[in-house]
Amino acid sequence: MFITATHTNSSIARQLLLIPGDQLLDNYHRLIETVPIWRGFANTTLISVISTLLTVYFSALAGYGFSKYRFSLSSMLFAIVLGTMMIPGQLGIIGFYRLMDSFGWLNTYWPLILPSVHNAFGVFLMKQFADSSIPSEIIESGRIDGSGELYIFHRLVLPLMMPGIATLAIFTFIGKWNDFLNPLIILFDNELQTLPVMIAGVKSQFTADFGAQYVGIVISIIPILIVFSIMSKRIISSVAAGAVKG
Amino acid sequence: MNSKLNKYYFGYIFVAPFFISFAVFGLVPILYTLYLSFTNWDAFNDPAYTGFGNYTRLLHDIAFYQSIGNTLIIWIFSIVPQLIIAITLAIILNEKFIRGKHFFRAIYYFPNIITPVTLGVLFSLIFDWQTGSINKLLTTIGLVEDPINWFNNPWWSRLIVAAVICWQNFGFNMIVFIAGLQSIPDEVYEASQVDGANGWQKTWYVTIPLLRPVFIFTLITSVIGGLQLFDSPYMIGNGPNNTTRTMIMYLYETAFKNFNFGYGAAIAYGVFVIVMCFTAVTVWLTRRREQ
Repeated sequence: MFITATHTNSSIARQLLLIPGDQLLDNYHRLIETVPIWRGFANTTLISVISTLLTVYFSALAGYGFSKYRFSLSSMLFAIVLGTMMIPGQLGIIGFYRLMDSFGWLNTYWPLILPSVHNAFGVFLMKQFADSSIPSEIIESGRIDGSGELYIFHRLVLPLMMPGIATLAIFTFIGKWNDFLNPLIILFDNELQTLPVMIAGVKSQFTADFGAQYVGIVISIIPILIVFSIMSKRIISSVAAGAVKG
Repeated sequence: MNSKLNKYYFGYIFVAPFFISFAVFGLVPILYTLYLSFTNWDAFNDPAYTGFGNYTRLLHDIAFYQSIGNTLIIWIFSIVPQLIIAITLAIILNEKFIRGKHFFRAIYYFPNIITPVTLGVLFSLIFDWQTGSINKLLTTIGLVEDPINWFNNPWWSRLIVAAVICWQNFGFNMIVFIAGLQSIPDEVYEASQVDGANGWQKTWYVTIPLLRPVFIFTLITSVIGGLQLFDSPYMIGNGPNNTTRTMIMYLYETAFKNFNFGYGAAIAYGVFVIVMCFTAVTVWLTRRREQ
């Protein structure tokens, strides 16, 4: 794949390629002229980072709420949270599209970012985590010191939840990074698009330009490969932790 | 004490953002989609009520049944090898004497974090009839005379789509299985050793039964995920006579390409019913065998 990206279209079509060629830059330039792929990288990173922050903060908040406060509807509400996990994500997509249209939010990032506030898996994971590793004595001692409930959450609970938050953050980030259907229907401008939609655009716009398609693939993989090779242990242990808890 | 009892309402405040966001971005769209499924909304005119017209059409829609069949075929072709490869590799990589475990885990897991769209494009390129590397390789080593037109054959197309999904997900399942294996206490193995079990017997009678909960987890997640296949099959294409078109692809094409949103909404509810049925069957099967 990396080797093929460095050849001209005619030689890709003619033979099996085993040694690198010198056409990488030409292929790259043809690609960049039509598809602003680095822009797509920046867009996807922006959306994924903000969404991940929203998800982990509000999941931790709700998970902590379910774990440490006894309120009358607690168990029923938590059952609803778990129930929402069973609903396929695409069920409401057409209503979502029309609703966002009526908000005037089509072609903006709001519909991609704001729904991150509710993440049932995140709430579930954070509740499990708070149950097992946030001692109630800490909350009590905070109250005796006269701290407000939100202050206790931010200053005492959040730092203790960091290992769980890291796990959830990695899950959420990967999911958001790979999201395809939502940006595909919500965003129209080429400049605003996310990376997966741009890669799809590479395929439809360069139907006969295999060199450019291969370069697009390489660009979409290399940065992830670099991040992954640095963080692979952390990512894999998070996946293991999240999966066993889930 | 009194002040503590009065704090209960904070629980509501802490869980409120979840429910507000879910109501606005989850529940309202779902109900709105239900309403739209009884209309003929085409994105340009206002929705007009059509009663059960869309659902009657859905029940007679051969293309819809075909997309269900395609999804199931692709799902089965990907899930069976996926689980077999994942469990085998998990058992091998969990052995203490294997060197470079972390390296292999990372290599196998890596496809799971690549965008499915990229994998779809990549596979459609390497299996291309005239320019793909697979055909080049096969003709160079003399296995076939002429390049095979993979995507012109329904079964090859489906197998390739299934292979992409299998390749993408076996690493994830492998990690889950390894996590499950590591939660089995050593004492159980020691006890079976005392009873004279050999390596195979240990795997078959100790490891596999104790992994049941993990199996159930992977099975249920892959049922829900597998019935919603979209990204990578969409990049590979519809196949000859739409033989690789999945349910969600049909939904997307009907609504957002042909602007038939009303009928698309009915398809969404059709898909929902099917996913619910399969999830219920899976849960029921796994429960029943437990008792």
